[in-house]
Amino acid sequence: MKRILWKRWFVLSSIVLAVLFIPFPASATTPTEHTFHVNASRFEYTPNKISVNPGDKVTIELTATDVVHGLAIDGYNQSVTADPGQTASLTFTADQEGSFRFRCTTSCGNMHPFMIGKLQVGQNTLLWRAAALSVLALVAGVWTLKK
Amino acid sequence: MNTLQEIPWLDKAPAEASAEQKAVSIQQGLASSYRINLYRNRWLRPLIESRWPQFVLRALALVGFVFAILAGLFGSLVGSHNFAILFVWIAWWSAFKLAFIPLGGRSWCSVCPIPMPGDWIQQGGILRKGRGFGLNLRWPKHLKGTWLQAGFFLMIGLFSALTLTDPRVTGWVFLGLFIAAIGLSLIFEKRAFCSYICPIGGISSIYARPAPIELRVIDKEICAAHSEKSCYQACPWGLYPVAFRDNAACGLCMECLRACPSDNLALNLRPFGVELEKPKTSGRLDEAFMALVMLGSALAFAGVFVGPWGWLKSAALDIGTLPWAGYAGGLLALNLLVLPGLFALAVWLGLKSAEAKHSLKREIANLAQALLPLGLMAWIAFTVSFALPKLGYILLVINDPFGWGWNLLGTGNRLWSPDVAGFSSLLQVGFLLIGLFWSASIVQRFTGADRRRALPVLLFCLVFSLSMLWLLVG
Repeated sequence: MKRILWKRWFVLSSIVLAVLFIPFPASATTPTEHTFHVNASRFEYTPNKISVNPGDKVTIELTATDVVHGLAIDGYNQSVTADPGQTASLTFTADQEGSFRFRCTTSCGNMHPFMIGKLQVGQNTLLWRAAALSVLALVAGVWTLKK
Repeated sequence: MNTLQEIPWLDKAPAEASAEQKAVSIQQGLASSYRINLYRNRWLRPLIESRWPQFVLRALALVGFVFAILAGLFGSLVGSHNFAILFVWIAWWSAFKLAFIPLGGRSWCSVCPIPMPGDWIQQGGILRKGRGFGLNLRWPKHLKGTWLQAGFFLMIGLFSALTLTDPRVTGWVFLGLFIAAIGLSLIFEKRAFCSYICPIGGISSIYARPAPIELRVIDKEICAAHSEKSCYQACPWGLYPVAFRDNAACGLCMECLRACPSDNLALNLRPFGVELEKPKTSGRLDEAFMALVMLGSALAFAGVFVGPWGWLKSAALDIGTLPWAGYAGGLLALNLLVLPGLFALAVWLGLKSAEAKHSLKREIANLAQALLPLGLMAWIAFTVSFALPKLGYILLVINDPFGWGWNLLGTGNRLWSPDVAGFSSLLQVGFLLIGLFWSASIVQRFTGADRRRALPVLLFCLVFSLSMLWLLVG
């Protein structure tokens, strides 16, 4: 019985390691240039999600439609600010893969600290790995008490 | 009937046993349950025994909250430049969720300043008791439990976008809490506000149960033989420690430890979650409801504050408008219908498919304990996502607490913005995984070898965790 339990835990640990470290298949696309027109209005970016491939050159043209708004991307150390009715642009290479939040940098009202959009570069590997680990965590939780 | 009379075995005569036998049995009991009595530690004991350290902490917290109320009411209207918003919703809320509750259970209640003025009026003095003032009525029996606390938490949730971002509203909310605590202490005996009204107390009471701290009686027979019940007389919450079966009610004020003439109370350090290993003896559903409200609120707040949907943020903020009515209806439906309904359905399906004869009510009360680590970890993950990117603002408001252009620290308006994106996401995932693992093990413990009984509830937990993952790092 003890041996079967050890076998189970060994298999589970191996799957956990595989989920953590097996690389996702890389996208075969060649880097391209993308320009996105993003409207910033009361606590909202439109579109609120931008998807590109790793290595793409990305230009964001930010237009503030009501008051001054900014856009700073977590993890990329890039930001831009647009005055009301004006457009300002930001160009960078999407060299980090994953899902990143971008946030308003200029106080624009009550919900300013939570004015958020998403930049997705390639696949959101963290989310997929976390989802798989959740299933494994559930199995591990159940096995913990198996006699 | 008072708290003492509610304990059935008190009338029984203490069993005859020699002091030596008792000491041995107590030591064996403590050793077998992996507990360390912190009150016996020679460094900690003087800090607990004296009322001064706790009083100083509470007085500091009182100064902080009074200052936050003043900053909220009279300072800048810009939330990110006002001490009230940053102190309450970033500093205090993060400390409460990340440290006080998971490590200390109801430890926040032991230093909370909100009931202080009411206590002083009730006892007629600050540190020493004099001639108190108040009607000292007993709290109505049918209003006991955490139902009202869950309701008040939901009410705060309806206005959360405004409360969390508008300094004036934050100021009024906390002033209202102080006034409510004083008002109730004038009408009802002891800490009625903390026990039955305060939403923070409600959150603390359910999430204190997995915490690694407990206050317990060492030998119940000594208490039974003690006629004065000095611990009960001293407790500002009106609790009798002998009756403690879990951490839910005790506010860790330590007055019972100070009052006990036999040194028969222990402040134990214990393994995480040890209290969730036993089935509940009652079929009370208030804790299950509070646990489900906390799950629903975590989902809703993550959607509003961390999601990219501007329409949802505007709807939550524009109180009184049609979009807000839609948001409020959605939040209430999620918390009052969808999640309780799904959880009850999952439990019922488990019982049905396993052909088990247990009462559905008791099964819900039991299995809802599995929602405690799930909800606690979800709230910790949400707090990490919510608060970490805002930490830099704390320095800004210490430099200029009212947003009036002061430069107390000489740091000017420079905002220190640590880039914690990657680290924060990993932390959030880690906490959610721990919560799910912990919950699954509790479900398994209560359902035994019967997988059919456990499966629907396990699926409920999994779907909740995946939803939180999607909202936080998706």
